[in-house]
Amino acid sequence: MAALTPELLALQLLVGLALGAIYVLLAFGLSLIFGMLTVVNFAHGAFYMLGAYVAFAVAGLTGNFWLCLACAPVVLGLIGYGVERFLVSPLYGRGIDYPLLLTFGLSYVLVEAVRIIFGKQGYPFDSPAALAGSVEILGNYFPLYRLFVVAATGTIVLALWLFVEWTNFGLIIRAGARDPEILRVLGIDVGRVWRLVFALGTAIAAMAGVLAAPLQGVTPEMGDSMLIESFVVTVVGGMGSLGGAVLAGLLVGLVVSLTSVVAPELAKLSIYALMAAVLLIRPQGLFGRAGLLG
Amino acid sequence: MPERRSQRSIGGLTRRQVLGAALGAAALGAVGFRPRTAGAAQPPIRIGFCVPLTGPYGSEAQDQVRCAQLAVREFNASGGLNGRKAELLVRDSKLSPDEAATRTLELIENEHVDFVAGSLSASVQLAVNNITKQHRILYNSISQSDAINEPKDFSRYTFHEALNPTMTTDAVGRYAFPRFGKRVVFLLPDYAYGHEMTRGFKRVGKEFGIEVLSEIRHPLGTTDFSVFFPRIRALKPDVLVCCNFGRDQQITLKQATDFGLKRAMKIVYPILLYTARLAVGPRAYQGVVGGTSYYWGLEKTVPAAKQFNDRYRAAYGGRVPSDYGAFGYAGVRTILASVRQAGSVETDAVIRRMEALHYDFYKGPEYYRACDHQAVQSVLIVESKPAPADNQFDVFKILEVYGPNRVHLRSCRELGYS
Amino acid sequence: MDLIGATAVARGWRLWEPIARHRALAVMLFIAVLPWVTPYQALATNILIYGLFAAGFNLLYGYLGLLSFGHAALFGGGAYACGIAIVRFGLPWYAGLALGTLGGMAISLLIGALATRTRGIYFAMITLAFAQSLYYLAYQAQGWTGGENGLRGVNVRRVELFFLPLDFTDPVARYWLMAALVGLALLALSRILNSPLGAVIEAVRENEARARACGYDVAATRLMTFVLSGGFAGLAGALQALELSTVSIETLDYATSGLVVMMTLLGGAGTFFGPFVGAAVFALIQDVFSLWTVHWQLLAGAIFMLFVLFLPRGIWGYLLEWSEQRQATQSS
Repeated sequence: MAALTPELLALQLLVGLALGAIYVLLAFGLSLIFGMLTVVNFAHGAFYMLGAYVAFAVAGLTGNFWLCLACAPVVLGLIGYGVERFLVSPLYGRGIDYPLLLTFGLSYVLVEAVRIIFGKQGYPFDSPAALAGSVEILGNYFPLYRLFVVAATGTIVLALWLFVEWTNFGLIIRAGARDPEILRVLGIDVGRVWRLVFALGTAIAAMAGVLAAPLQGVTPEMGDSMLIESFVVTVVGGMGSLGGAVLAGLLVGLVVSLTSVVAPELAKLSIYALMAAVLLIRPQGLFGRAGLLG
Repeated sequence: MPERRSQRSIGGLTRRQVLGAALGAAALGAVGFRPRTAGAAQPPIRIGFCVPLTGPYGSEAQDQVRCAQLAVREFNASGGLNGRKAELLVRDSKLSPDEAATRTLELIENEHVDFVAGSLSASVQLAVNNITKQHRILYNSISQSDAINEPKDFSRYTFHEALNPTMTTDAVGRYAFPRFGKRVVFLLPDYAYGHEMTRGFKRVGKEFGIEVLSEIRHPLGTTDFSVFFPRIRALKPDVLVCCNFGRDQQITLKQATDFGLKRAMKIVYPILLYTARLAVGPRAYQGVVGGTSYYWGLEKTVPAAKQFNDRYRAAYGGRVPSDYGAFGYAGVRTILASVRQAGSVETDAVIRRMEALHYDFYKGPEYYRACDHQAVQSVLIVESKPAPADNQFDVFKILEVYGPNRVHLRSCRELGYS
Repeated sequence: MDLIGATAVARGWRLWEPIARHRALAVMLFIAVLPWVTPYQALATNILIYGLFAAGFNLLYGYLGLLSFGHAALFGGGAYACGIAIVRFGLPWYAGLALGTLGGMAISLLIGALATRTRGIYFAMITLAFAQSLYYLAYQAQGWTGGENGLRGVNVRRVELFFLPLDFTDPVARYWLMAALVGLALLALSRILNSPLGAVIEAVRENEARARACGYDVAATRLMTFVLSGGFAGLAGALQALELSTVSIETLDYATSGLVVMMTLLGGAGTFFGPFVGAAVFALIQDVFSLWTVHWQLLAGAIFMLFVLFLPRGIWGYLLEWSEQRQATQSS
């Protein structure tokens, strides 16, 4: 057994950061949708997978990764808009469980639809040529693309933060997350805002899917385990808290990465152990507001 | 909701009502289930075939069905059992042991199958086997497992046409350790398949004095193996033995390539899956060495493989059979060959014939060992070819073939058979 | 529910009175006809087992209003408790069933102690997360559970029932033994719903604040219901262990939790018969569709979405409503 040298630790942290980046994006979208619409989106993993498959299709046609990164969020944003408009919005006021159940059914449909269109087996997905190489960090090769994932996630989160903090629409989102009634009183079309928020959350999931595709290829089931783990991330961070999603995503990435050195077989379990620990100490999650949970 | 509302105003059931219901139910039960329609004078020989058509191994399973059907058609075309035809009853196990067990019960109890074959997953075959042995139905399993050879799961109704991890790793280790080095790290999925493969490698490794630097067990559903790579690299092994399968295999190799692991060590797999390699393309698999039960390229040296491939090509538009598909062919064909020899479908007679069978149906000589009904057969060592060849199916280079007499199984005594 | 609804209910009462009065009996009748309407007997047994599982889930979701997405932990926990009792300790089948039921209750007590403090969607996610951790735990504990290979050898050949030996490998005998046990469990469920506890459960669902004001211990009621629900789920799991003579790790999978949610909603949450109808319909959908397409999940998912969108009361719920309306128009 190799000793846990400082170099090894540093590398594990870097790997964990890259791993956490995908969680951050997924949890961010989940939390955004939950914070505004109080909808737990069980189709989020399927949207993530669809994003990757859209990228796969675009890459097949054009061979351009950057085009994939631009197309997938747009396509999935539109799909998300439609899903909210035609499937989720009729359920508002019918009990908080119904959107959850609907999106659960939807995820089955989407996964199977992808199996029909693209086949049951997965496909490889190459990193863009410009990022295909690796850099030497502490005597180890580290894929350039993973560093790019970390940087891209940082950029996306920063952009979203600026968007939420500094734009008028961001103001509406923040107000709506606190109290939708305020928006109604101010004469804002809440339904439209919700549709846009849902579309935005879906688009972020798609972006996560595109970023993850070169790491592990694409398969119809790629969203299944990610969904549950992203739920854990949002619970740890506090549901509806965007800052919480970011921090908890990174935290989970690091915990998995470090457990993988010490006791690899417990890597998956460590995520749930972390959640149980957080719940015992702070039932509303690290940054959650207690009131939100009723 | 109305029903809920009305409940409170009424009392519970009286004891008499319950008793009445029970008696009524028992009376109905005595009649039995729908009667089985009496067959014609020559009812077909029925073979249940349960494979995971739904799910991630759907394409492998479909090839198993194609191959099994080929065996049935050949049997029927050559006259069947004195004119009596065979038929294959295909069921979808959905890759779930529960579903497979339910379907096997259905095949036995309702379809009254004479034999069962199939499965693609250790847990599924063990669940099916547990049922067939209770119902005393012959089952020929076509998926890797060591457990099925062991007395706890084995019964005289159990046959295992697939390779088992011990034989596979014996051949692969025998090839790899002297050539690539003795300092070894294992990366394995934390379940039976990984454990059995690793145990096998260590067993053969003892002969070559390998040094196991670490045994890293990754949990099921791991999608990012890069978390293990810094440590693996720090251990500086000569050989990294990866024991995962299917999709895990694809991702591991992709990520290992990205992390430049191949530049520092040789990567060895117990089983290189033909279909997985075909799906992923050459880059990730380049330079990786592993074992397999069958590769169509064997046709250059083995006449039976040539015949099998040609029949398959003729039946399925020029394609070639896969490794796991070929198990489906052999698994069904050995049963039917034994039926013909026995002249009946009576289970005990067929078992006796199968135990005595020496056959060469697609890959060279094979036979079922007496104590555990394991098919003793050759193991192929292959290496993934680098560039896309002119033939899209040409993905492996056969490095070595370990014939049945060069493959070491756990002895019957070792397994606990007297 | 509103007053108008209540009058409709009162009017429609007459037709449904016999079924409502003898609801456990009616389910038993359903159980008795089942083998004749299903394509094969193992499917009928599956419907029985999943019907009971869904009925247990329904106690929590339909009657108390808590949506659990981790019921696989209770079902699988029961299956493993039964399997381990028989395989590792050589206990007889009835002890396996008893331990399965207790196992389901014990696990629900553990999960419930934490989870019932939360509500709504949060409850769903936390039960899901705990069920996942149990899945990974069972995966690790190979010495006990057999890990991914599953626990084999839950083989019961003969069953001595009041000195009456039954051949358990005979499908007919097995079905009727299972049917009798499920019938008894349903009788117990019916009793619970008719008991004062049943009244409190519904009071908590309808209006939690009012129930609390009436002096009921809401937290204890929730935990108690969760534990009872776990008992039924555990028994169902134990029955499955006996039926399939193996316990697979899939019984603890997230998909199993999703399945019971789908079945219950399809049949009609909050109705006594709904879960059985849902289990039967779902099993038949799966069986029929998977005959002509491997993509049956698409249809199952789409049907489920249609129910959530347009028929949230489920098949049985609408049958009840439709019959009431007919009754109402006839009497007016």
